[in-house]
Amino acid sequence: MIKKIIISNTEIAGSVYVLSFKRDFEFLPGQVIGISNHLQEAPRLYSIASGNTEDVIRILYDIKEGGQLTPWLAKRKANDSIFITNASGNFISEMNEDACWIASGTGIAPFASMFFSGNYNNKLLIHGGKFLESFYFGNEFREKLGKNYVRCCTRETGDGVFEGRLTHYLKEKDDLNPAHKYYLCGSAEMVVETRDILLLKGISFGNIVGEIYF
Amino acid sequence: MKKSLLGKTLAELEVVVKDLGMPAFTAKQIADWLYKKTISSIDDMQNISLQNREKLGEKFVAGFSNHTQVQASVDGTKKYLFAAQIKKFVEAAYIPEKTRATLCVSSQVGCKMGCLFCMTGKQGFQGNLSAGEIVNQILSLPEREKLTNIVYMGMGEPLDNTEEVLKSLEILTAPWGLAMSPRRITVSTIGILPGMTEFLEKSECHLAISLHTPFEEERKKLMPIQNIFPIKDIIENLKKYDWSKQRRVSMEYIMFKGLNDTEKHVRELSRLLSGIKCRLNLIKFHPIPDTPLLGSEPEVMEYFRDALSARGITSTIRRSRGEDIYAACGMLSTKSLTESKEQDF
Ligand SMILES: Cc1cc2nc3c(=O)[nH]c(=O)nc-3n(C[C@H](O)[C@H](O)[C@H](O)COP(=O)(O)OP(=O)(O)OC[C@H]3O[C@@H](n4cnc5c(N)ncnc54)[C@H](O)[C@@H]3O)c2cc1C
Ligand code: SF4
Repeated sequence: MIKKIIISNTEIAGSVYVLSFKRDFEFLPGQVIGISNHLQEAPRLYSIASGNTEDVIRILYDIKEGGQLTPWLAKRKANDSIFITNASGNFISEMNEDACWIASGTGIAPFASMFFSGNYNNKLLIHGGKFLESFYFGNEFREKLGKNYVRCCTRETGDGVFEGRLTHYLKEKDDLNPAHKYYLCGSAEMVVETRDILLLKGISFGNIVGEIYF
Repeated sequence: MKKSLLGKTLAELEVVVKDLGMPAFTAKQIADWLYKKTISSIDDMQNISLQNREKLGEKFVAGFSNHTQVQASVDGTKKYLFAAQIKKFVEAAYIPEKTRATLCVSSQVGCKMGCLFCMTGKQGFQGNLSAGEIVNQILSLPEREKLTNIVYMGMGEPLDNTEEVLKSLEILTAPWGLAMSPRRITVSTIGILPGMTEFLEKSECHLAISLHTPFEEERKKLMPIQNIFPIKDIIENLKKYDWSKQRRVSMEYIMFKGLNDTEKHVRELSRLLSGIKCRLNLIKFHPIPDTPLLGSEPEVMEYFRDALSARGITSTIRRSRGEDIYAACGMLSTKSLTESKEQDF
């Protein structure tokens, strides 16, 4: 593991933070790094949420109550240090391929990395969140993706926001293209339920790739 | 709520007795009552003084719980349902054979791994089992005396609950516990690299890897874990390990029609597994509701086994047991979970 100095650690929504540190390694958008508070402690995995040509690496995380790392991480300030592992993982969506990206909560992070790396043509992004503030990086997505950026909110209502779970949105949607690829990222429940819906709608399992935040 | 003594290691029992001001040797006595004599209540711990039993009883219960449901197959296989935590259930499958009797235990309520072919995966994750809840599946089994082998292949991914699984293995194998040989216990994983490394370091039990296809892209579609810990990294790590001391690693391979049962797969499997001494267990797929997958035909399985064996990979077709009650691992407990509510995401 390598020591990194935190540049910023900002609460962007209730108990949700964006942490950044200087980028001095290459990665593929969609990859993860391990983060730990001590060299001896087993690292937890986090998707990189920043673009692959940016000067910094950004991580989007929420506090898990009773968790070993995240309550500690949320208290770190600029110039504090953390330990990270090399970037790894194969959750990769090709540049310009026709794809639907589906995320819940902080599961938006790998798609944010792809997006900030310039990979947003031919993409439909569907994001599920509990509150209106849960649509992290929403302004940037809306600006470039327009109507191809769909927000599904379970506990609040808002302009242009679908009311309910993203699974309900997908059930109602009848124009899913079976030739496109479907990338799913977030909790096990979301990935499994969404995959079942897509299968029922005639999408082949060969076109569905999931990443679960276990 | 009172805590369970069941599931505590000797070192943890030593802390309990110390905290309660009891003599240090009481820890070993408690372990004996729990793991060798399987008493149902602290009151039955006869060689511990009444005063000390009362002290223990104020904070703890023994912690055993009987199964709530059982399904029996015509071939002797039985599926038991055990309560775990509140309103949650896990399955344990008892599989008697001519020369041995195996229990397949669960390590989690539900699972986070989301494998496409798995009923437990469809249930989502409800929680980790404690070491006590894992060990209870063995100790409260009506056929306990007949058990020769234990496999951690029931509900859940054992190495996503490494701490409690390792504790349960210590209890099963320690002289103060059930004193089973670690060579009679197999832990199965889909390949959680950090958990696997820890397991190989801290336990002597056998390991089984859910392989299911040697091709990365194909495996990604069956098992989301492939995105994070690719199978080639898992195999590379296994190759570095010393398997000469009678410890075994085996590969589990569920056979899906037209998907992972071709000549191409035979070739790639022999390439991937070259340099590692392991057995490949070929398993018939039992379709689950709404699955896009089908099981390979028996003759294709036989052909596949022979083709692999010809390339030097010892392969066996695992005999299907309890087919009439099979209904896929996780079905019994899923039915018992009707009260689980929709998650907010
Ligand atoms: C590929 C991947 C990518 C990920 N990317 C992100 C990301 O981008 N952003 C993000 O926020 N998260 C991500 N995660 C999740 C992240 O890795 C951590 O799991 C999460 O942040 C919690 O870490 P923690 O140390 O705070 O909690 P942990 O200590 O791991 O605990 C997690 C939760 O489990 C509970 N718990 C702990 N121990 C037990 C136990 N023995 N039994 C029962 N419950 C227990 C805790 O109370 C807590 O609620 C990702 C996970 C994976 C696998
Ligand atoms: S196969 Fe095992 S790891 Fe995969 S979802 Fe089922 S229980 Fe979990």
